[in-house]
Amino acid sequence: MLHIKCPHCGMRSQNEFSYGGDATVKRPELGKEISDQDWDNFVYNRKSLRGKHWELWQHLSGCRQWIKVQRDTATHEIFKTLKANEEIS
Amino acid sequence: MTQSFRLESGGLINRDKKISFKFNGKNYYGYEGDTLASALIANGVHLIGRSFKYHRPRGFFGAGVDEPYAIVQLYRNGETEPNIKATEQELFEGLEAKSVNCWPSVNFDVGAINNFLKIFLPAGFYYKTFMWPKSFWYKIYEPFIRRAAGLGTASIKHDKERYEHKYEYCDVLITGSGPSGLASAYSAAKNGAKVILAEDKSRFGGTLLTSEVNIGNQSGKEWADSIISELKEMPNVTVKNRSQVFGYYDHNMLVMSERISDHLPKTKKYHPKQRLWYIRAKEVLISSGSIERPIVFGNNDTPGVMLSSAAKEYMKVYGVLVGKKPLIFTNNDSGYETAIEFKKNGVDPIILDTRKEPQSEIIEEAKNMNINIKNSYVVVAAQGYKKVKSADIAKISDDKEELGSVENIKCDCICVSGFWTPTIHLASQSGNKTKFNEEIDAFVPDISKQNEKTLGAANGIYTLEETLKDSFEKGNLLSKKITNNENKVSFPNVVEKKSTVHDKFWCVPLPKGKNYKRFLDFQNDVAVSDIEIALKEGYRSIEHVKRYTTLGMATDQGKTSNLNGLQLVSKIENKVVPAVGHTTFRPPYSPVSIGAIVGREVGKHSKPTRKSPMHSWHEKNNAVFVDAGVWLRPRYYKCGDENLFEASKREAKNVRTNVGVCDVTTLGKIDIKGPDAAELLNRVYTNAWLKLPVGKARYGVMLREDGIVMDDGTTTRISENHYHMTTTTAQAANVLSHLEYYLQLVWPELNVNVVSTTEQWAGAAIAGPKSREVLKKLFPKSDVTNEGLPFMGYMEGDLFGVKAKIFRISFSGELAYEVNVESDYGYFMWEKIIEAGEEFGIQPYGTEALSNLRIEMGHVAGSELDGRTIPYDNSLEGLLSKKKDFIGKRSLSRKAFAAEDRQKIVGVVPLDKKTSIPEGSHLVKDSNAPLPNPKLGYISASCWSVEYDNPFSLAILKDGKNMIGEKLFVMSPLKNKVIPVEIVSSHYVDPKGERVRS
Repeated sequence: MLHIKCPHCGMRSQNEFSYGGDATVKRPELGKEISDQDWDNFVYNRKSLRGKHWELWQHLSGCRQWIKVQRDTATHEIFKTLKANEEIS
Repeated sequence: MTQSFRLESGGLINRDKKISFKFNGKNYYGYEGDTLASALIANGVHLIGRSFKYHRPRGFFGAGVDEPYAIVQLYRNGETEPNIKATEQELFEGLEAKSVNCWPSVNFDVGAINNFLKIFLPAGFYYKTFMWPKSFWYKIYEPFIRRAAGLGTASIKHDKERYEHKYEYCDVLITGSGPSGLASAYSAAKNGAKVILAEDKSRFGGTLLTSEVNIGNQSGKEWADSIISELKEMPNVTVKNRSQVFGYYDHNMLVMSERISDHLPKTKKYHPKQRLWYIRAKEVLISSGSIERPIVFGNNDTPGVMLSSAAKEYMKVYGVLVGKKPLIFTNNDSGYETAIEFKKNGVDPIILDTRKEPQSEIIEEAKNMNINIKNSYVVVAAQGYKKVKSADIAKISDDKEELGSVENIKCDCICVSGFWTPTIHLASQSGNKTKFNEEIDAFVPDISKQNEKTLGAANGIYTLEETLKDSFEKGNLLSKKITNNENKVSFPNVVEKKSTVHDKFWCVPLPKGKNYKRFLDFQNDVAVSDIEIALKEGYRSIEHVKRYTTLGMATDQGKTSNLNGLQLVSKIENKVVPAVGHTTFRPPYSPVSIGAIVGREVGKHSKPTRKSPMHSWHEKNNAVFVDAGVWLRPRYYKCGDENLFEASKREAKNVRTNVGVCDVTTLGKIDIKGPDAAELLNRVYTNAWLKLPVGKARYGVMLREDGIVMDDGTTTRISENHYHMTTTTAQAANVLSHLEYYLQLVWPELNVNVVSTTEQWAGAAIAGPKSREVLKKLFPKSDVTNEGLPFMGYMEGDLFGVKAKIFRISFSGELAYEVNVESDYGYFMWEKIIEAGEEFGIQPYGTEALSNLRIEMGHVAGSELDGRTIPYDNSLEGLLSKKKDFIGKRSLSRKAFAAEDRQKIVGVVPLDKKTSIPEGSHLVKDSNAPLPNPKLGYISASCWSVEYDNPFSLAILKDGKNMIGEKLFVMSPLKNKVIPVEIVSSHYVDPKGERVRS
């Protein structure tokens, strides 16, 4: 079980969180024209990377904040966690 | 029965306390502190089971967790448990155990015929033997395999025992209480670290209990006892016996199973049987020791052949002789220690040492005791069927290839020592890659991946002095790092006998003309010949060889067999062992009860049960409840001897003709506040929200980004910047997360707060033509006329002093209201409604009547919004705003979603107006068409229409728009039904919606 550092609450066990997918995907702006391909990329197409990966988790049974977690998908090492409003650098 | 193999004195058992037990129906006695294995051996019982495949007789091989043979079915306190290792099961008064894998009895086992059929059961026989004829599989082969394979029998009864879970954090977790565990725990504890020391066995001390050493002028055991009692006194230390750390997971999370009651005749009141610990440790010190490995020779599975360390343990710990004419077969000095112990107890052993001229302190001692030692000798084969009677032995050449002439000597047990294999399971599970240590011919941990260090024998360090030094130091260093506190322990004086190098010999060649089975894996009957076949057939990867031959599988997971298997593969393949590699070590290290893994989360406790504030009223009024997510909701209220169908019909009819009341507390409620609240709703709902006036409710549909309907419900504008959203019972949590996602990540600029208020409000739906009359009585001061509170209107009211929210919304399709009060007043509200409604014939109605009402109105619910339908499919396309964008809108223009003949909701009525239509049935054009009959749609919900008094269903039908009036067939192969039906509008009752506005 992973040990995730919630930027608001501190170290917590994985069972307090729920996974939310790739954190680098940006939702296209509402009302903006977008091609079928770009829309499909946003809704469906994800890379399944081996290695460092920014992903979203929600601290569901804690502060309910969505957070950004940089995790190695192969080793499960967690390098960094960010609040929802902090930019991935 | 007398304990004829029990020594006069000695051992750590309590001879003052005799314990009676039963094995295979016979009564025996042992002592407190015995295991089932030691007590059976004390009674001269060596035949304990039959092997997995060939049903060969099985005895005892080890004295602990590594035991591959002695698997029994245990009976305790009216329950039965399979696959218990007799070497681990502590004896308790009244224990009952039986052999497994034999029929009719362990002494006469019909399955033993497999031993003579072994030519038909080669490696991979699962994949070969039963392949043809195909028709034999279900009736003959599969039942046969199922009966023959497997070990014990799982109980089919509910397990009455309780299993607990516990979460714990510590600075240093130490797995094993041998010399390295004790030393490291002691120095870490002295530095003030929070320490957990776990020992699998009932006794602390590991090898210190059986080895002849001296630490600080105390015997090994005395030293262990003193350290343990000191540790137990320290507030920062938790010491646990009967506790096995079996799994090492990510981020230094380890799981330990503590056996609390397994050694007792009955679990004490309020105690669990076992407790599972989830331990998050800053540092882990693995001190799991090592397991002796066997040497491979002919018939080496005969009862009486066992590990030499086990024989020593039975003598030293249990005061039991495993035989009275022992033969020790060794390639290292450990065998001598066992021989010396035999000799001390008045039994003359013979040592066969594969080495030519070994010299060491231990060997010297054995010689001085006049023990018969034969150098360059090997056991060629054990003789005897149910117990070793003699051994064929021979001299072996220096190159270990040639055997001299074979002679037969009498013996009643063969104690084997093929050197030691470090127990690296936990280190490997943690991600440590492991490396091969040539010196000890085994794998040891390499570079740590997580915060773990391996100590002592588990790390291939086999001398006590070195082990203690290293362990004291590691314990000190790691804990100092955490506590910033050093309280160094002085190193005790250590006396141990020096040993010399072992012989890397592991497998005795077959003598000419003999074809003895030489077993590698004793639990699965995997012999040298099986591995040879697998390799000949082209299997190369050790992982494939394992699965093809079953080497290293089942309950012991190859603790005694893995290394010899690797040796053999590397020899045949002409590779070095590290090039072959080992199979992956996976948790659990040793079997864990399913009960312990599940813990308390069984039956009703598998999820919380949520009840509305009116629950006790429903109970008092004969409600029959149904699970709705985690909620319990009344399904119907039973009057007299009504059944579900009759009751729900009565309740629904009463709503259509008079007035009914339904508990809708379970609906999800989300409070939305902030100046941008309307903007948020406008983005997440498909319809327009910016112009909703205060005091008005609106129905809304929410999509996922992929265009699929996520949820629906009404949202009411309570005040300028305050909205009250309702969701379906099932989706409440998801909708909240969904809103939080957009607010926190996508539109952080919106000034809105959302919070769940589901539990804060109790809700009652009052529905039916007479509902307004009831409302007038409840709120005499409020204007609840059609003008004062029109359809989709909202107002606050005063319910006999309690503040209430009144919404004029309807799920039943009748004139209806929903009244909400703070949860604590829910019961009060409900009673008042019943009281006020009495003169109008009010009746409570449950979810079944609620469904009936909504189905015949064509209102969609969870069975239509099932994660596969878009708004159009549910005839909700009128709610899709063309003027604005919203979540999921772009997906709706995808080709399939915009197709002309897209599926759409319709109504279905059986032509005979009598036959009920099973939910989930398929709609087809021709009931006689050849299979696969093209499916046009499916029945999503069925009811009995109280309005027309005939069955009515909703269906999602292909090209539903153009199908009204068509005649189709409903087919349910499950219920074996074919029903001719007519397709009608999904709005079966009041299609214009006049009633809700009346």
